Amino acid sequence: MSRFVDVIVSGDDAVRNRSLDSLCADASLEELLADCRELDHFRRRSDNLYHRVRALFFLAAIYRYHVPQCLPTDNTGFLPFEGYEHLLGRRFQEAIDAFRSQQQRDGASVTTASGLAEAYHQLAFQTLADQVRRSVRTVRGNQWMFRIGHPADHPLRLRRALLQREGERDPFPILSERTSVRMDFSHSAWSDIFFLGMDFPEGARVLNVSVDLGVRGRDAEPRPPIETYLRVIDEPVLRLVSVDLGASADVTTIAEMFDFARDYLGLLKAAVIAAGVVPPGLEGCEHPMSDLLARMIGPGLGLEIASKVNDIPKGSRLAVSTNLLGSLISLGMRATGQVSSLTGGLEERDRRIVAARAILGEWIGGSGGGWQDSGGVWPGIKLITGAQAEEGDPEQGVSRGRLLPQHSILGEDDVTAQTRQKLQESLVLVHGGMAQNVGPILEMVTEKYLLRSEPEWQARHEAMAILDDVVDALKAGDIRRIGKVTTCNFTGPLQTIIPWVTNRFTDLLIERAGEKFGEQFWGFWMLGGMAGGGMGFIFDPQVKPLAQDWLQETMAETKRELQTALPFAMEPVVYDFAINDRGTWAELSTGAAAVMPDRYYGLVVPGWLRKESRELSPLVRRELEYLGTVCRDGDAIGSDDSDCGRTTARMLLDRMLPRPDRDDARHDSLHELLDEFGFDREQHEQIRADLRAGRVGLAQNRLPATTEITDVEPADVIDVRGGIESKYVELGRAAIRRGEVGVVTLAAGVGSRWTEGAGVCKALHPFCKFDGQHRNFLEVHLAKSRQTAREQGGPIAHVFTTGYLTDRPIREHLDRHANYGFEGPLLISPGRAVGLRTVPMVRDLRFAWEEMPQQILDEQQQKVRESLRAALIGWAQQTGEGEDYTDNLPMQCLHPVGHWYEIPNMLRNGTLHDLLQQQPGLKFLLLHNVDTLGASIGPGLLGRHIDGGQTLSFEVIARRLEDRGGGLARINGRPRLVEGLALPDEQAEFRLSFYNSMTTWIDIDGLLRAFGLTRGQLGDAAAIDTAIRRMAQRMPTYITLKDVKKRWGQGQEDVFPVAQFEKLWGDMTALPELECAYFVTPLGRGQQLKQQAQLDGWLRDGSAVDVRSQCTWT
Amino acid sequence: MNVRKAVITAAAPDQHTLPLQQLVDRGGQNKTALQLIVEEVTGAGIEEICLVICPGDQAAYEQSAGELQGLLTFVEQSEPRGYGDALSRAKDFVGAEPFLHLVGDHLYLSETVVCCARQLINIAEEHDCAVSAVQATRENKLPDFGAVGGTHVAQQARLYEVTTVVEKPTPTQAEQELIIAGLRSGYYQCFFGMHVLTPLVMEILTGLLKETDRRVTLSDALARLAHRQRYLAYELKGSRYNIGAKYGLLVAQLALSLSGRDRDQILTELVELLANQRSGAEL
Repeated sequence: MSRFVDVIVSGDDAVRNRSLDSLCADASLEELLADCRELDHFRRRSDNLYHRVRALFFLAAIYRYHVPQCLPTDNTGFLPFEGYEHLLGRRFQEAIDAFRSQQQRDGASVTTASGLAEAYHQLAFQTLADQVRRSVRTVRGNQWMFRIGHPADHPLRLRRALLQREGERDPFPILSERTSVRMDFSHSAWSDIFFLGMDFPEGARVLNVSVDLGVRGRDAEPRPPIETYLRVIDEPVLRLVSVDLGASADVTTIAEMFDFARDYLGLLKAAVIAAGVVPPGLEGCEHPMSDLLARMIGPGLGLEIASKVNDIPKGSRLAVSTNLLGSLISLGMRATGQVSSLTGGLEERDRRIVAARAILGEWIGGSGGGWQDSGGVWPGIKLITGAQAEEGDPEQGVSRGRLLPQHSILGEDDVTAQTRQKLQESLVLVHGGMAQNVGPILEMVTEKYLLRSEPEWQARHEAMAILDDVVDALKAGDIRRIGKVTTCNFTGPLQTIIPWVTNRFTDLLIERAGEKFGEQFWGFWMLGGMAGGGMGFIFDPQVKPLAQDWLQETMAETKRELQTALPFAMEPVVYDFAINDRGTWAELSTGAAAVMPDRYYGLVVPGWLRKESRELSPLVRRELEYLGTVCRDGDAIGSDDSDCGRTTARMLLDRMLPRPDRDDARHDSLHELLDEFGFDREQHEQIRADLRAGRVGLAQNRLPATTEITDVEPADVIDVRGGIESKYVELGRAAIRRGEVGVVTLAAGVGSRWTEGAGVCKALHPFCKFDGQHRNFLEVHLAKSRQTAREQGGPIAHVFTTGYLTDRPIREHLDRHANYGFEGPLLISPGRAVGLRTVPMVRDLRFAWEEMPQQILDEQQQKVRESLRAALIGWAQQTGEGEDYTDNLPMQCLHPVGHWYEIPNMLRNGTLHDLLQQQPGLKFLLLHNVDTLGASIGPGLLGRHIDGGQTLSFEVIARRLEDRGGGLARINGRPRLVEGLALPDEQAEFRLSFYNSMTTWIDIDGLLRAFGLTRGQLGDAAAIDTAIRRMAQRMPTYITLKDVKKRWGQGQEDVFPVAQFEKLWGDMTALPELECAYFVTPLGRGQQLKQQAQLDGWLRDGSAVDVRSQCTWT
Repeated sequence: MNVRKAVITAAAPDQHTLPLQQLVDRGGQNKTALQLIVEEVTGAGIEEICLVICPGDQAAYEQSAGELQGLLTFVEQSEPRGYGDALSRAKDFVGAEPFLHLVGDHLYLSETVVCCARQLINIAEEHDCAVSAVQATRENKLPDFGAVGGTHVAQQARLYEVTTVVEKPTPTQAEQELIIAGLRSGYYQCFFGMHVLTPLVMEILTGLLKETDRRVTLSDALARLAHRQRYLAYELKGSRYNIGAKYGLLVAQLALSLSGRDRDQILTELVELLANQRSGAEL
């Protein structure tokens, strides 16, 4: 048996917990490949879920990190397209088979290794997700819901109390539930991830507390942030109202209940389903909702369910959405008698079934929360721990732990009232304003856990010990010690496991709190997921009010400093909070007291008033009469809202009468920006006309189908992966010494993929800690140029090209940091072209979603995506295909017009002219993307470029699975770079060995010649304009779709696909008169960091160390 | 144990006329539902029957009981305080003896020559304890019945030791508390409307009625009984028909006829109906 299999199956902890890295140390390529064969064989025949999953993670990591290191430097390979299609279709097993047979046929390469790594990785996560799904379905109390397939079979009935009215004219009673949110004291290093809790129940431990919140300065006192309401209505519909999201819908068919992305009511729908009101087994049933309601409530009657979250923003790390789900589920289960009590608190067994249903709801809605997230349903402080699966559990024999954890509430004997009070007097709870996707972090944690990486494994045990420390400190009433240990948890184990949990913003706040309050700042409290959103700071109670004010100001100030570099979704806030000692709580209001909260009426009344009175149901008419009385007579409305009638009246007027349209201001500012950034209206109208007429579009981006596309031949490239002869190195060195070379870093990007559409200046994103400090891309590139200049003894000029979004931030940042002490000439080349995004054509949306290969998502997420896409097509049709996209912040409506324009911009804006004036001996430029961190002035490559005498030398790398978007090809017999957008079919790309890294060596004079210019004409604006226009006409225009975020409410975001056009630099190689060469460079040099999820792999595969070795900081 | 008394409850305000409905029995004779119920009881060897009725119903019941009215004792439930209260009205009639209890809106058809009530009494006498007749029922019917949870009695087919009784459980609760090994998933043992009970049940009911103002169900009392005495559930060989349900009377009549003398005639009528009748969707 393989040593890997021995480790996986061993019953001895010391063996089972050995790390993969230690097993792979010193193994040869042949040994590793043999091990992979055995592991693959083992995971296919093993019937133990966790053995299989661990083997899969081993395989993924070996192919990702260990095999590439053992391969010969000049390896190349291909991935079979068939395998790629399997991968997109989530047929991972078939993908693995296809990649393995390719590897067997052609030998191992980084290309096949990348495909295998990805396929094994995805199969591992799919296996785990399937298991959680199965477990959720098999929890007793959940199973029946999957068996109900017809409304006539519905076994639930509404409790009679909800149907009993005091009089014929009285409204039906309202059942309301108030639920707090949960806050973690310490979370044992994400041990609340289901997979961890189910494999390592003894390590899965969280201390969490239910808290009520209020925004400091706005709310009078903390209260449960989640309120949910349920009542019977006299219309046979299921009415869903989300007061906080301003959305409501009358669901009239059962099918509509399963359409999650149709509106903002997906979470409410998931809750209604998980509560069993509309059981999940009814999905696909074509009956009207009235059939189900008639059976459950009575003919002609319906149900209204409303939610109201009191302005707690998204990303608060307080599990607002899971607890909202819990609250709604509890409400639905109370109403249908599935939990014992209609009002008051819940019994422990009821809370457990509510928690199980909340997990089901998360799955149904396509989201995902940890197993402890519904902690707000429980009262007070509780220790939540994983539980061993035992006889009779559905998990037994499948996983070591149960799906649901155990909750032990810490009573007053454990944590005294005095300690609770002291805690409230010390802790300042804030939302820093950042809202980030923690999904990739949870994947990283799972993978590292299963690989048992040594530092991670040790850190996990440290975090477990820290949790014990926190419990002890709480029992001892020592708040100061809590601050100390939670800080240790954050700076120690949590960052050891996932360095990306912190960021520059959080580090600065902690640093500044320490400077300001010294010994009176007791510590930092990480709430979960990642820092920057919801966070805690613990202070000496004497300074707490001062610290709250200080934090409010300092967070706002620090956000202003960093908002162009980090994605902020909202202004930071400070909360007041109180521990909630009763857990989720329900009340029944009857008669005159049965009214909904004020803001509910603000949302629904305008809609009611738009209808004819006869179209309203009798109860709605009476509710309107009642509201009229309230507004006229000034009685209070809403039992807990403490609003008087006048407030109600004002709020209703605000909702119904128009205000001055702020959109006008937005349009003015957009027009100003367009003028400022050189928007070409004529070109825009031409493109719009072409777009609408179908002359340009996603399908038209492609080269004709008759184009002959083949892979390049060995003679077409210069492979420098094995090293470069010293004569070239010397040639390059001499050129550097003479000041003949400069660097151009393309920094106009706003990191759409990097921040998932948030739009920040990517160059300034402090993405990684080097030598104990967060550094941004810009600083790293300058540090590399500095080191080259110092080592080679010549000046290196550095240019950053900027765009309309990044110009000012980059200039201000460089000013603030005194150019990071960069010694050489440092210039900024501002963009001189901008486009205005348009609403996409439906045919382009369909082309992107139906014609191009798509990653199929997990079953439930895929359903959500399809429903969302239908909604987006509706949006495009309703808004007008090809119309200007202006319904967003002005900056989000503009778009950069492609990197082809970067060099012409340097001509147009005089940067090249200035540069040559400052450094007349400059002959060559190295152009690269801001995220190509390995790119630097290598003397050898420079020497080869000089020696070849060509105008442009492009660096290409061996293709890996993730390197999509074209590459180096022979097009009709001529080698050139081809964009992925231009390839006539998806398969063509898989026949190309090399991927374009975009890094280009440029001979300045040669390039000027190609434009028909000379150095002497660089001051002549008219000549330059003519030259650029002439060249631009020869470059193809591509239409692309970009996802743009629109933010609204409290950190909520929508993503819209919008159309834009671009011209791309690689198409220069299509010019017949331009001489180009192609250097095949090592992967590390050409690798681009496009997504933050890549960071962990980049750190682990040694790339970060390589980059660090090329840098000299100031 | 010797069971010679029976209590039939028929006092629910919305259902008190059900036992007066006319049906045709297996032998083709016109009979009231009450007659059929009383025949079921007397066929099991019961000697005295107590009927719990609404005030003012006695004359109608006497008339519809026909020749068997001499066996009947009537007790009125003065106020509609629920099922438990109705049954407790027969406390004096029962005295210190075990008794058979049936509900007045159910008809029973045995699959064997032994009638349903006799099958149940045989089990009760054999084990000398209270026994409820149960029937495996799909979860969509749970809102209509009380259900039991428990374990199989060793070496005894269809017999269960009851540990839990819940009146009209939700499937959520049923899945957590009422699963009995061997049943198809989604099926639970629900009451058949027929029980052999011990005098302790009357005592428990009296206690419960004193404790609370809310309506007390028989299930409430049986849940307590399970903790105080041996209490069994028996899945007897027969079917029950709730004549109070929508189309209940029709279904009961069909079941009676199809198992009796007029089977061929009814089948012929049904086939003719099916052949000539247009579906509701076409109307």
